Amino acid sequence: MVLIYIDHSEKEIKKSSHEAISYGAAIAKQLGCSSEALLLGTVNDDLTALGKLGASKVHQLNNETLNNFDAKVHASLIATAATHLNAEVIVFAHNINGKAIAPAVAVKLDAGIVTGACSLPNLQNGFEVTKTVFSGKAFASIKIETPKKVIAINQNSFGIENYELGATIEEVNLPIPTASVKVTNVNKIIGEIPLTEANLVVSGGRGLKGPENWGILLNLAKALGAATACSRPVSDSDWRPHHEHVGQTGIQIAPNLYIAIGISGAIQHLAGVNRSKTIVVINKDPEAPFFKAADYGVVGDAFEVVPALTAAISKMKHNE
Amino acid sequence: MNILVCISKTPDTTAKIAFTEGNTKFDENGVQWIINPYDEWYSLVRAIEIKEKDPTTNIHLITVGGPEAEPIIRKALALGGDEAIRVNINSNDSYVIAQQIATVAKQASYDLIMTGKETIDYNSACIGSMLSAILDLPFVSLANHLEMNGNTATIQREIEGGEETNEVILPMIISCQKGMAEQRIPNMRGIMAARTKPLKVLDPVATNAHTSIKEFSLPPAKTGVKLITPDQMEELVKLLKEEAKVI
Ligand SMILES: Cc1cc2nc3c(=O)[nH]c(=O)nc-3n(C[C@H](O)[C@H](O)[C@H](O)COP(=O)(O)OP(=O)(O)OC[C@H]3O[C@@H](n4cnc5c(N)ncnc54)[C@H](O)[C@@H]3O)c2cc1C
Repeated sequence: MVLIYIDHSEKEIKKSSHEAISYGAAIAKQLGCSSEALLLGTVNDDLTALGKLGASKVHQLNNETLNNFDAKVHASLIATAATHLNAEVIVFAHNINGKAIAPAVAVKLDAGIVTGACSLPNLQNGFEVTKTVFSGKAFASIKIETPKKVIAINQNSFGIENYELGATIEEVNLPIPTASVKVTNVNKIIGEIPLTEANLVVSGGRGLKGPENWGILLNLAKALGAATACSRPVSDSDWRPHHEHVGQTGIQIAPNLYIAIGISGAIQHLAGVNRSKTIVVINKDPEAPFFKAADYGVVGDAFEVVPALTAAISKMKHNE
Repeated sequence: MNILVCISKTPDTTAKIAFTEGNTKFDENGVQWIINPYDEWYSLVRAIEIKEKDPTTNIHLITVGGPEAEPIIRKALALGGDEAIRVNINSNDSYVIAQQIATVAKQASYDLIMTGKETIDYNSACIGSMLSAILDLPFVSLANHLEMNGNTATIQREIEGGEETNEVILPMIISCQKGMAEQRIPNMRGIMAARTKPLKVLDPVATNAHTSIKEFSLPPAKTGVKLITPDQMEELVKLLKEEAKVI
């Protein structure tokens, strides 16, 4: 059986977990076994609808205290549940919480793990999974040598499939270990699209000259419904918050569309964004290295090009 | 307080990424090595700041790797830290590495074990989480702020679209990222002092790897950029919608 861990926040299942369910269901199909999901805590989502993503059952440990994430407690419960349910493969989203617990679960189950996976396993020679390495500059095919396997799938790398299923819900009863982490405050920026979950990203670099000029970028992001990102010097200078910093030493993202404005395209920046499906570069320097990594390029002054692009997007949306 | 800081050696961020031996090995030819930036800039510097505030703090550095990792661990010692440990084994399997660190940690009593968010070469983000399972300790990942208050750590960690504050009683494990501290440049005094700081070399404990790397590959090169003139933004929108199908 393939067991998929469902991550949630504010009583809502994360988009990356939807993708993980579809990914797990596809592995189950390869292995000829069932794909079932595991939920710790409570959510407002309709759990039977997870069948549409490929989960035939949802095992739920229905306890509000688990809505606070505690890596030690969560990893221990997942490992125990996986053992009870006899799961062969345990799938996580390689998102913030997934990174905190998937390796611990692997240790507890004596399972080999691949994090940052970006393909279905290749079963020809055992069980090999491709992952991104060198911050997106290369891939490695990793063989898992153990009977049990843990895989954490990169966000935005598999997509969601449609199954004509309704999931059944089964209660799990397990003793809950003492909390090791006390959550004292949660500060969510309301209405902002989290960068790692975004399909569309608009990003700005030093070419925008200063934080006072970010309005044109924010307007474009708003017209598109995109999340915002920036280059490292921009966040180092506090023009933008740290969590927007993408690149080799920031966040690595793979949205469908990445629009880079006034960013030169240094190798460390490209490492974090070059898995984006489509890259648009707006830069006034035709020699900027970013153009070599781009699908579409506009050589021009951002202060003219960006408002014009925003107007064109708004016009298109208006006509839809 | 006793802190163990995990230090990994990684290729410089501008290193050419190429492979040898039938694409099964990273080509180290001409590669410059650095301390993994997350380990250096965030985890190590924050440990040093804690020691600056409370000089009774002991900082041990640990790296798992062959003798070629010594310049890196010396550089880390030049930034700060009291002594270093190198476990003499090269492995690409996170579990093997975590077992080496855990074995050292079990023999001492560290209040805080710090790692970077991930290494910039294999990007596995596994070690902290694995240590928490092996040592049965609390773990907070992707922390961007840490304050000590007696034996309680107050930590801010990243969550999707925001931040969360956690309180944890030591001992614990923490993985660090941007915001935690600022990069420092080692000074001459630090570099001199690092030469005489103890660097213990330990034999590895036997551990079976759970995974092995079979093959590396490079992403397909982009086929070439399509240029659009600044007065053709409606055309660009059309291309994004109809050709790229991303909006
Ligand atoms: C160890 C290490 C790790 C690093 N990690 C990262 C990382 O994770 N992420 C990251 O981003 N960087 C990282 N860097 C930094 C990286 O090397 C570059 O310095 C950085 O990405 C440059 O940012 P930028 O493109 O915004 O600025 P610049 O390189 O200064 O480029 C500005 C660009 O704006 C263009 N421009 C100027 N005016 C206009 C205008 N009016 N209209 C249009 N275009 C204009 C210019 O032509 C230029 O191309 C790292 C560096 C090191 C050494």
